[in-house]
Order: sequence, then structure tokens, then C-alpha cells
Amino acid sequence: MRYSISHLKELEAESIFILREVAAQFEKPVLMFSGGKDSILMTYLAKKAFYPAKIPFPFMHIDTGHNFPETMKFRDNLMEELGVKLIVGSVQEYIDNGELKEETGFNASRNGLQTHVLLATLEKHKFDAAMGGARRDEEKARAKERFFSHRDEFGEWNPKNQRPELWNLFNGHKNMGEHFRVFPISNWTELDVWQYIALEKIPIPNLYLSHKRPCFMRDGIVLAESDVINKRPEEKVEEMTVRFRTIGDMTCTGASLSDADTIEKIIEEVAATRITERGGRSDDKRSETSMEDRKKGGYF
Amino acid sequence: MSQNNSEYHAMDLLRFTTAGSVDDGKSTLIGRLLYDSKSIFEDQYEAIKETSERRGEEGVNLALLTDGLKAEREQGITIDVAYRYFSTPNRKFIIADTPGHIQYTRNMVTGASTANLALILIDARHGVVEQTRRHSFIASLLQIPHIVICVNKMDLVDYSEEVFDKIKKQVSQFSSKLDVNDIHFIPISALNGDNVVNKSERMDWYEGTTLLYYLENVHIGSDHNFIDCRFPVQHVIRPYNDEYHDYRGYAGRVAGGIFKKGDKVMTLPSGFTSKIAKIDTYDGELDAAFPPQSVTILLEDDLDTSRGDMIVRENNVPEISQDLDIMVCWFNEQPLKPKGKYKLQHTTKDVRCVIKEILYKVDINTLHRDQENLTIRMNDIARISIRTTKPLFFDSYRKNRITGSLILIDEQTNETVGAGMII
Repeated sequence: MRYSISHLKELEAESIFILREVAAQFEKPVLMFSGGKDSILMTYLAKKAFYPAKIPFPFMHIDTGHNFPETMKFRDNLMEELGVKLIVGSVQEYIDNGELKEETGFNASRNGLQTHVLLATLEKHKFDAAMGGARRDEEKARAKERFFSHRDEFGEWNPKNQRPELWNLFNGHKNMGEHFRVFPISNWTELDVWQYIALEKIPIPNLYLSHKRPCFMRDGIVLAESDVINKRPEEKVEEMTVRFRTIGDMTCTGASLSDADTIEKIIEEVAATRITERGGRSDDKRSETSMEDRKKGGYF
Repeated sequence: MSQNNSEYHAMDLLRFTTAGSVDDGKSTLIGRLLYDSKSIFEDQYEAIKETSERRGEEGVNLALLTDGLKAEREQGITIDVAYRYFSTPNRKFIIADTPGHIQYTRNMVTGASTANLALILIDARHGVVEQTRRHSFIASLLQIPHIVICVNKMDLVDYSEEVFDKIKKQVSQFSSKLDVNDIHFIPISALNGDNVVNKSERMDWYEGTTLLYYLENVHIGSDHNFIDCRFPVQHVIRPYNDEYHDYRGYAGRVAGGIFKKGDKVMTLPSGFTSKIAKIDTYDGELDAAFPPQSVTILLEDDLDTSRGDMIVRENNVPEISQDLDIMVCWFNEQPLKPKGKYKLQHTTKDVRCVIKEILYKVDINTLHRDQENLTIRMNDIARISIRTTKPLFFDSYRKNRITGSLILIDEQTNETVGAGMII
């Protein structure tokens, strides 16, 4: 017998170790669920980590009110299946009660407002560790992120004040008011995620698979037609065959023209593709360091 | 990068760390590996091409691919370890990219702690320099199983075999004093791509493989300890439902050895013995569990075992003691406090410890042991004796990198201040 495991099984073992470490080291952890494939993967790994017991922490979703309807349906079904508690932080609520002001104009997005709601909801429930599905291959500011990322009492990320991480020893010690962001799938790449989804036959929202949808072009990015985007007069809606590589807010998640209607086809496409996953996210395009700046402010 | 279904199921994972300063061409080498293995995306490539042109540089500066955060660029410094990823059809690679300047010993130690392989760069024009000795020492201290010395900038020494041989000899002379098993030499030009991914046509005299070929084929199957069974209990799984009423599973990651169903085992610290009733996972029962698998072990008897305990074989137990000698690398601006108290994390166990004695400090350039100046500052490496509040179950770091390592934590700030390797 050969005592070795594949790269996917090794990544799985590492993520399960991290998830169990969080359950053991923190009093009130929460898993951040966005409805995207990375948070679905994290959910699936959490199911494995604590089997046959239930996942020992609640889930939290920051709902911008601009999610794809498919995402919301998928979320609700999954939560019911797992029997876990879902906490929703609603951006709409904060706008309605006047705490947040909505952006206006053609590129208006609620992406920036999410951070405020995220921090407020974490604080309200006194969560001391929030797990997110961010990966280091996504963006250069994330390449230096830790598994256990320390946040000060304002929820801010200080890249210069992060704890070194050695071997498999994760220091979750903290003072009053501080909390941690934990990234159990840090070492997975986009391709790893898809290979694993195929291998394990994990259900994902149909948005990831090629389908026909009314879309229009803006600044070289294909956006789905919806009530929440203000279109310019010259922006013409037509039916396109698209799929989404990432699923975020409808206002800033670009679709890609694709015929990949099975997971295996997606793997082939991802392996051959020459544009980064977040290349279609207009929130990253606001400036060269927009991810770094948002992270410092408390974004995931 | 294109691959079919059956291939990626058989891929394995190699973690390596790179050491060298900007001047050695480390960033260019990583850029070259990513670029030639087609792991760079068009939008990334376009962005660095644009920056290169704006700066008036000749060609595309591949080093910009590993350019860091705004905070770093503004201050002209590099903040510890950045992780990069690429894969070929047979193997996935994780690079822990660390800056190589003297003040960053701690970063290299961090990157090295999880690496199977260290890639050390030498500038062919300068040969072995102080930094080479330092990097090699850290690689040996951290017991990285494989070391590759890349003699870079061969284009600037006319691809000379003599220069390469001379450097090989220099390295061998001092590495014989180090605890290094597997050391390999490759002459390259990261700038031009010679022997990185593609074989050089300008070095006929070199009969070895390219760097990428070596990285893809180096045998890493024996890098774990498969002899001494060690299972630190991480978390106890108790479902509390009707279906699994009496289920009590010990969740954890195998740190050493091969555990099999039916094995007679002992739990520490209790010393009670039992048998493995089941090795459980979500995907079903396993006949055997080995590093680095995460599993759940069920015992035949209820031994009241919890987090921080360890499951071992009765006839092969680790050392059990409150007194340890360790090599420590210091990470914090506040020097190590002689007689000071710290929190300590070892496997899944949290204890406190007191620094009993500082024995000597290592000059990492000369390997000289300094017993006079015993102030241990950031980036220093020293041998110290500590005493813990409760016994630890450990092996020497040489024997097992997981059960032989620990971290020290400041009691006030909770920062990780030291990395320890048990002697």
C-alpha cells in the first residue's frame, strides 16, 4: 500500500484541520456564507469536519438585497438541509433606517456598504471568529493573508501586524474586543475548487453553468439585466449564452460568454482560460489597490 | 495546464520556499516559473507589461508579478511571506515566497516551517556569500527534506562550467557541517529561461534536469514520519442524537505513523490503553490513517480523552516531560525575557512556560556559538531551556516536525514571539 494522498485530499485535510481548530479555539465562531462556490465548498468541508455531528456554528449572510434570486434559493435550501442557524445582515435594512446611504449613478453598487453591515452584525452577535472562503490565489493583497487573520477592535486588518504562522500551530489568543477572520481554504486555487466539486459531486447554483440570459455590455464586462442596475440609453440588452465565474452582487458581477454547461467543461475552461477569476469584478477595478484598501477597512 | 479528469485525481502537492534577495533574481525566477508553466493570466501579464513600459524597462519585468502590497511599495520593504500557486499535470505547487535580507530571518523560518523543499539562489558572479550560508543553515535547522541550489545569472558568466563547479564545491564544503540530506545543484538563467522550464541550449556540459522537471519529480512520499504513531486529539465529536447516541470520536490530524483499525493504543497523559474500534471519516471508514490525513478515531473503551491529549502506540511513546531544550528563533521587537513567562502552543496543547536558561546564541553567518552576549532579539536564533506548567508529549524536531515544534506567545499582547524546535 502506498501511503500518500492526492493534492485535493491534502487540501481537504488541511481545511478540515483549520475548521476543527476554530471550533476548539473560539467561543463564538460563525461561517460567512455568500452563496458563491467558495463558501459552498467551505460548508461542505465543515460538514465533513464534524461528521456525524452537526456543524457546531451558525452561518451568516450579508445580503445586499441585490443578490441573484438563484443564490437566495440555493442558500435557503442548503441551510435547511444542514439544519444550521442562518443570521442575515441586511444592507437594505440599514439603508431604510438611514444608517447607510445608497450610492447613486450608473455604477452604483452596494458592495462598499457591505463592510459596515458585516462589522455591525459581527459585533451585535459578539462573534469572535468569522470564517470566510477567501483564497490566496485570488488577488495579490490576499496572497499575504493568514489562515488566522487578526483584527483589532475596529475590525480592521493591519498587514504589518499579522502573526507569523508556523507549522500547523495557529495562535487564536486574543484580547477583549478583538476578533479573527479565518480562511480555511486559503491554499486552494480556482482550479482546485472546481476539481474538488467535480470529484465530490457537490451541488452548486446553476448560475455557474452556461445558460441563456438577457445581458448587456458595460466597459467590456457582460452584466446580467436586472432591476437593480441603471442602464445607459446606449446599453442594449440581448440574450447571451453565459456563465458566472464568481457570484456576488448583481451590480458588479460580470458574466463570461461560455458554453461550459457541465463541471468537467468548466474545469477545462478554467485550466485553459487566461484571465483571472476576479477580472470580471468591477469592484476590484476601482483602483489598483482596491482590494487591499477594502480589506484594511474590514472587508473580507 | 490543460488536463483531463483522470490526471488531476493523481496529482500530489509540493510546498517549497524560496530564499534569496531581489538581487539574486528570485522574483524573476518565480515569475519565470509561473510564466513558462503558463500559470500567469493575461490580465496579470498585461498589467506588469504596462508597468514595465511606464517605468521604461526593457522587456517585461517578470519580477513585478510578485510585487507586494501598497504599504510595502510605499515603504520599500517586504512584509513576510507571500504564497503563490501553480501546477503542472502531475503536481500542484505552493511557493512560500520570503524576502531574503538579514532582518527577515523570521520570515524564512516561517516559510520553511511547512516546506518540503527549499530553493536557494546564488548569483553565479558572486558565488557563496554570507546570505547563502544563512539560508542553508535555516533550511537545515528547519529540517527541510530537500534543498535545491540554483546558480543563477549563468548568462553573466558565459555559461561557464568552471564557475558552476567552483560554487558547487564551495557549497559542499560548508553544507557538510550542516544537517542536510538531499542537496541538488542546477545552473540557470532566470532572465533568459535557461534550465528553468526549458532545457538550456547554451550549457551542453550540464547533464542534469531543468528546475521544473526536478520540482515535478523529486520524491516527497517519505517526507512524513510513518514510523512513530502520534495522534494529537484536536476536538471531540459527540453528536448527541439518537442515531449516534454513544458516539465519541477523537478528531485530529495524524502527526506521525500509520494507525490501523484494531491497533492497541495508549492515550496520554492518562496512560490507559485501548484498541482502535474505528477510523471514521465523512466518506466512510478507513483501514488505516497516516500523515497528513484528518480523521476521527474511535476507541473501544471510554477513556475520557480530550483536546491536548495524544493517542500513541503502547510500545512507542513520545518523550513526556516538563523540561525541554529548544532552538528558538525570535520573532518580536521585544527581546526574549530571561526567566520570563510565556504562553506555549505545542500540537493541540496550550500551556504556559518559563524561560529557565539561555545557553547560547547562534551567529547564523559563521555558525559560531556565542555564550557571552545572550540578549535574544528579533531574528536571533538561540538554544534555550524551558519548563512548562504541564508535561508535553513530544519528539525531537529531527524525528518529527509536527510533534517537535512549538510557538511561544506573549502573555499580554498575544503575539507569536518565538518559534521553537525541540532538541
